[in-house]
Amino acid sequence: MNSSSGKSYMSTASSSVLWKAGGDVVADQFPAGLRVLLVDDDPTCLMILEKMLKACQYNVTKCNRAETALSMLRENRNGFDIVISDVHMPDMDGFKLLEHIGLEMDLPVIMMSADDGKNVVMKGVTHGACDYLIKPVRIEALKNIWQHVVRKRKNEWKDFEQSGSVEEGDRQPKQSEDADYSSSANEGNWKSSKRRKDDEDENDERDDTSTLKKPRVVWSVELHQQFVAAVNQLGIEKAVPKKILELMNVPGLTRENVASHLQKYRLYLRRLCGVSQHPSNLNNSFMNPQDATFGPLDLQALAATGQLPAQSLATLQAAGLGRSTAKSGIPMPLIDQRNIFSFENPKLRFGEAQQQHVSNNKQTNLLHGIPTTMEPKQLAGLHHTAQSMGNMNMPVLSHGSQSSQNNPLLMQMAQPQARGQMLNDSTVGLAPRLLSPRGQSMLSNGMATNVSTRNGVPENIRAPSYNPVSQTSSMLNFPMNHTSELPGNSFPLVSTPGISSLAPKVAFQEDVNSEIKGSVGFMPSYDIFNDLNQHKPQNWELQNVGMMFNSSQHSNSLQGNLDHTQSILVQQGFLSGQNRNSTVISKAMFSAGDSTGHVNAQNSNQHLNSLLDNTVRVKSERVADTAPANLYPDHFGQEDLMSALLKQQDIIAPAENNDFDFDGYSIDNIPV
Amino acid sequence: MDRYGMQNQIACIRSLFDQGYLDEQFIQLEELQDDANPNFVQEIVTLFYTDSTRLIQNIELTLNSRPINFSKLDDYMHQFKGSSSSIGAKKVTSECAVFRQYCAAGNAEAYIKQEHAILRKKLEFYFQMMGQAAVAQTT
Repeated sequence: MNSSSGKSYMSTASSSVLWKAGGDVVADQFPAGLRVLLVDDDPTCLMILEKMLKACQYNVTKCNRAETALSMLRENRNGFDIVISDVHMPDMDGFKLLEHIGLEMDLPVIMMSADDGKNVVMKGVTHGACDYLIKPVRIEALKNIWQHVVRKRKNEWKDFEQSGSVEEGDRQPKQSEDADYSSSANEGNWKSSKRRKDDEDENDERDDTSTLKKPRVVWSVELHQQFVAAVNQLGIEKAVPKKILELMNVPGLTRENVASHLQKYRLYLRRLCGVSQHPSNLNNSFMNPQDATFGPLDLQALAATGQLPAQSLATLQAAGLGRSTAKSGIPMPLIDQRNIFSFENPKLRFGEAQQQHVSNNKQTNLLHGIPTTMEPKQLAGLHHTAQSMGNMNMPVLSHGSQSSQNNPLLMQMAQPQARGQMLNDSTVGLAPRLLSPRGQSMLSNGMATNVSTRNGVPENIRAPSYNPVSQTSSMLNFPMNHTSELPGNSFPLVSTPGISSLAPKVAFQEDVNSEIKGSVGFMPSYDIFNDLNQHKPQNWELQNVGMMFNSSQHSNSLQGNLDHTQSILVQQGFLSGQNRNSTVISKAMFSAGDSTGHVNAQNSNQHLNSLLDNTVRVKSERVADTAPANLYPDHFGQEDLMSALLKQQDIIAPAENNDFDFDGYSIDNIPV
Repeated sequence: MDRYGMQNQIACIRSLFDQGYLDEQFIQLEELQDDANPNFVQEIVTLFYTDSTRLIQNIELTLNSRPINFSKLDDYMHQFKGSSSSIGAKKVTSECAVFRQYCAAGNAEAYIKQEHAILRKKLEFYFQMMGQAAVAQTT
């Protein structure tokens, strides 16, 4: 295999190439020469296992620290075939390591421990371990670990082959799901269709199984973020490998790589939802019993996996149609999902982030996918670029158009990808919220639905509809400057996806002060400002998330920061599901992505910054806490918005202030 | 190795097995030893000894501190159990398990300390035996 820096794609020429690349024996001698990475803090065990593995004729590398193992894997992504790791380690939890490896490198991981408790073993399963060994480990158990390597390759191959037809295949199950909302039925449909596919593939691959070795794709952080952005952009339901691949536009990446990564990603999301599910948050009885496991998993993901409960789906759909039926707890999941991704912190990425969102009354749940579809409907008047959500460049909605509607919000939200996934999510959630205070009703409803985060979002949506602003339009017409009524403004939530080229422009109302001239392609959401008034730290959570996310993506340019903050804000907005949040979110939106121009609205920036700061710290706890508080700024009104804006302006110190160094952010003070 | 040496070795090992100190895991270790690594078992045992001594020290420290940090204690014991089971130290492993149960129950310190003392004594004796066994093997 040629390992280039970053991703190394092995030529699919032949499996033997893979084997040889590492200097191993040829494929004929498989499984001899299997390259095993052994991680265990116990020196005795380490030594014994190493000896045993060598006796099996494997190529063993041992290390006693998880960090060392990770760095080794990152340096040489194709240097190992399988990883064996202990569960209890001092520097890093074995399961965390497992997650990292699974997502970044897609290697089979075997867990082991002296602990044979059912819970621990279950944890191994849910985290994606392909096997769990109980100590003392016998050599016989090690002799067969090669099966996991083969199995994984086989599945990847299958994905690859399926990816071409996966769209159709996915669509069918999904359609059936839509039609028939009983989740179990859906699952059955989906599974059965998948099974058929598998069967077909199996026949094809049988011959190749033993020698099949596809090039291993190294899923670096950037690549993964690109992936998530693409997924968000498409919407989890519609995220098929082919399209993701196109969106990502990474040379050398194959559909099968994407497909297998998508699988894992979905698993991860599912797990996160289940973990981060906040009992209180799910006011939406979103989760059906079966979905309960996933927790506020993002609907799209759920839908994608065919597990989306019919209701949720229905809800979402309804939402899209402008019905404020966004009761389904779906919204939350979205946020979680977003949060997950938006959190820059890779560790946080999975899991922790969600919690925050979940806690927020789910209101912020925004289905990534949904917005895209729903938006058009909802934002009919708004003419949102919602559709454009799909592509990062959200067309800036004429803010004027919605005078009292907040359409753009949806759009923003819909553009999950733009931000780097996270923000998008958040923005999406914001969308509902961003509905202009005045026009909360419609958009909010619509938005809410899209966002599906909030059950009763409508109220929340007050945010000014923001129009996704294309990047070109760097106008951050942040509501901040917006002294005049914001509500009417369409705050284009500009979720500047760091990753994608989403360049939503912030389309502010004309009323908006020129400050907002948006340099950033963000879509400032007025709501943010509004939210600011009412804003509670929770929003910040989102922001943090977004920021984290963005920060990673963007350079330290201010813009980036703003984006982050914006995204964070946006996210926050989602979380709180309220107007406030929306503003926050919208702010975050701004920061999200690479804002080309600095937000003219210094105020806005500052505002965002302040918001960002608050949100920067994406703390799950925060979200939980804040969410409830911020939710539903019913009283949110123009005045609020304006005041919020004004305040923000004050608060927002020079955009540069924001040290978007997310680590140091603390969202505690949200200038309101 | 001469006949006498072999007999000695066998006797040594057997006594350990008979007394329930060693189990089949140890046999696996022995099987791993070959010409390429003639001292494998000895190395492992030495390593185990060093590692477990350190662990025991930590455990003692934890036991002596007030209040006793049971979760930490549990961690240590878990670790200890893992190592000892890996080399086939059956008795030690089972004692560890019992010990952990007590930790989980948060029983009286005195009892735990007592158990720990017993465990330690056994371990020392055990190490002796194992050392002998390891040495015997290499001869």
